[in-house]
Amino acid sequence: MKIVVNGRAHKITAHPMKRLLDVLREDCGLTGTKEGCGEGECGACTVLIDGVAVDSCLVPAVHAEGRQVITIEGAARTPTGKALQNAFVEHGGAQCGICTPGMILAAAPLRRGASLHQIKTALAGNLCRCTGYPAIFRSVEAALHKKVKRGRSR
Amino acid sequence: VRDVPRAVGTNVRRKDGDAKVTGAAKYIDDLTFPGMLYGATIRSTIPRGRISGRRVSLPPDFIVADHRDIPGKNYVALIEPDQPCLAVDEVRHVAEPILLIAHAGKHALIDIERRIAIDYQAATPNYDPEKSDLCFKEISIDKGRIELGLRNADRVIDGEYRTGHQEQLYIETNGVIAVPGDGRITVYGSLQCPYYVHKALMVALNLPPDRVRVIQTETGGGFGGKEEYPSMLACHAAILARKAGRPVKMIYDRVEDLVATTKRHPSIVRHRTGLSRDGRLTAMDIDVIMDGGAYATLSAVVLSRGVIHAAGPYRCDHVRIRGRAMMTHTPPNGAFRGFGAPQTQFAVEAHMDRIAEQLGIDPVRLREINALKPGDTTATGQRLGKDASALPVLREAVKRSAFRKKRRQLTGTNRGIGLSLFFHGSGFTGGGEVKLASKASLELTASGARILVGSTEIGQGTRTMHAQIVADALGVPFEAIDVHEVDTGCVPDSGPTVASRTCMIVGKLLERCARDMRARLGGLTPAQYFRQHGSFTVTAQYEPPPGLQWDDERYAGDAYGSYAWSCNVVELEVDPVTLEVTPVQVTAVAEIGKAIHPMMAVGQIEGGTAQGIGYALTEEVVMKDGRMANAQLTNYIIPTPLDAAAIDVAILERPYVHGPFGAKGVGEMPIDGPAPAVINALRHCGFDVRSIPATPERLLAAGRRLKAEG
Repeated sequence: MKIVVNGRAHKITAHPMKRLLDVLREDCGLTGTKEGCGEGECGACTVLIDGVAVDSCLVPAVHAEGRQVITIEGAARTPTGKALQNAFVEHGGAQCGICTPGMILAAAPLRRGASLHQIKTALAGNLCRCTGYPAIFRSVEAALHKKVKRGRSR
Repeated sequence: VRDVPRAVGTNVRRKDGDAKVTGAAKYIDDLTFPGMLYGATIRSTIPRGRISGRRVSLPPDFIVADHRDIPGKNYVALIEPDQPCLAVDEVRHVAEPILLIAHAGKHALIDIERRIAIDYQAATPNYDPEKSDLCFKEISIDKGRIELGLRNADRVIDGEYRTGHQEQLYIETNGVIAVPGDGRITVYGSLQCPYYVHKALMVALNLPPDRVRVIQTETGGGFGGKEEYPSMLACHAAILARKAGRPVKMIYDRVEDLVATTKRHPSIVRHRTGLSRDGRLTAMDIDVIMDGGAYATLSAVVLSRGVIHAAGPYRCDHVRIRGRAMMTHTPPNGAFRGFGAPQTQFAVEAHMDRIAEQLGIDPVRLREINALKPGDTTATGQRLGKDASALPVLREAVKRSAFRKKRRQLTGTNRGIGLSLFFHGSGFTGGGEVKLASKASLELTASGARILVGSTEIGQGTRTMHAQIVADALGVPFEAIDVHEVDTGCVPDSGPTVASRTCMIVGKLLERCARDMRARLGGLTPAQYFRQHGSFTVTAQYEPPPGLQWDDERYAGDAYGSYAWSCNVVELEVDPVTLEVTPVQVTAVAEIGKAIHPMMAVGQIEGGTAQGIGYALTEEVVMKDGRMANAQLTNYIIPTPLDAAAIDVAILERPYVHGPFGAKGVGEMPIDGPAPAVINALRHCGFDVRSIPATPERLLAAGRRLKAEG
């Protein structure tokens, strides 16, 4: 299989039904993508395939063949990736950090100026146990809005 | 005097932030070692019985280990030596480890349990803590004379309150890698307490301290769930690694993590409370039962914190608290944020609203009359200092949430509003800190100083917060401080990363180190001193603040150095058809002495509050024949982004004189209050619910009173 990950072509020799998550972590050596549940509930393994956020634990590697995959290591290649990464540090969106790669990639397809409701919907498939989410919402808003009120609550 | 911007009280950039947002941070499953094998655990499938046979027929490329492969003592060293690393002939709960298997191929271990047969002679299990004949721990607190207090009461009000299991649900499951070599063992892992693991490995492997090394990898959440359990897992990986002579990685999948690892203790708490006509507490008689599960683990200390907080933040001259932690045939329960206090404060706060209702007193007024003030004494007789803040947090929360106005307006609608008032002791209970005798060190570097502590970063911000304290005490910029990785080969034992002690206790040790170091620099900057004289290291060891006294026999005295205080207000809506509950707005006012990093402190409060809302409403561990039946994220329901209630957080600061820059603990307290505030809001809606989680099924069973109280 040939999969383009973060702009780089990888030739993969693996069972076509191997989980994309495992191919990324084991065959490509990109361990930034995390496994939290292995059943598509927690979203820690979220990556982008052709710009769409998917749970890589539910995707057979063959489905990514010939497609563009973006992982957290390549998040800065997306229009909002860098801003999101910085905002998650600056606004407390990252605590233990295990959900953070998935959160950032789930938020990456959002357009600038997205509403809070749009943000919540985009992140609906991603679980975080540390923040209770408000700090994640603030982080995404900060990245997607030029000016954001740095309130303590929302 | 150098002109350095202060770090304490500001939102400096967290030290681990950039590695976590770029994927560079290495968690345990991200590491591999040459020749590494993967390990799996064969567990009991019955809750109670004797093992009559083990039938294993696997090819020789599988490594199989049982209890006979343990060179040291076959128990997980913690408090009581009762829990085996690997079962010998008795099984006390489902998912008890019996055999360990290792193989070079991860996939060779899938469904490995189907290739192994364990034969049992089953016995009848008991799941009811009140019918158990084994009590792990009993504690009594007696203040004044309970009979006198009840005799002097105008009214006596009883109540029984129950809480269920709760799963910590860190998003990174438990995992370790054990690397053998040269009569030594090194364990890397996702863990909170490296020295707990160190001790357990010494005992199980029969090794001296210098031949055991434990290194914490980046840890994807703990919440208590990685306090004691990693000791068991580390012993397993080490047993396999020693037998194989190769590194062994063991990572639990989510189902195994949910089925086998510790949960919050379920509880039954009964109150019998004497009151004067005007709402003054004259007597509090409280009985606390905690379900410990099959082995003692930390039940004794969970019970301790539970009973000490059982009377809530209230003044009462006559208090009797009896607590028991009982054995049942379910997987052992253990540490979880709050550590007994969420259970007992749920009970007392739900009880307070029932008292208010029965006396016809406003719930805020009832709390104002009885709230502990500076100079009052707690149930253990501890006289509170100036930082006792029950009334300030109550008043601020009532004001911010417009509680009284909303309480009137919402009466008779599908919305309700309720509150809870609570406190949380920082640090180990009673003489615990003296026994721990924790150490922290600070090493001078070419550009500043390096922190050496055994305290772990598990998301709460340990590295950053410690560096802020040291920077200001040393008088150098925040960036000049680095933090050594937590490696028992290099850092001292600072005690476990638990009990809301990492800031107040270990942070204070570091502050002392930094002040000592500053004195030795004699006016030079660290860089100047380093160039002239080279490096040196300063170490501080815990000493109790003057006057702190605890009597462990009578369970009386100063239970904690200090307490943090909080009030929650929850406004929620009940769907009249489905009885689903949606929290609409939560207010959390917390008095924590000093917020070292305000944004991270808010993060602790928001996160703990959300976890508490889950505890109150949706997080139900369904036990069927002693096994968690809903061991998946599909049906063990924690709050999602779409469930997230808006949380208005306010921090009040009343410095604690013996805390670093006045700081007290903050990590655990936020989970103590949401559940009773939810239940009290449901009461306001007409639902008399006395157990959590308050699922639609429980609301249906409770029934709705047509005329809700105002």
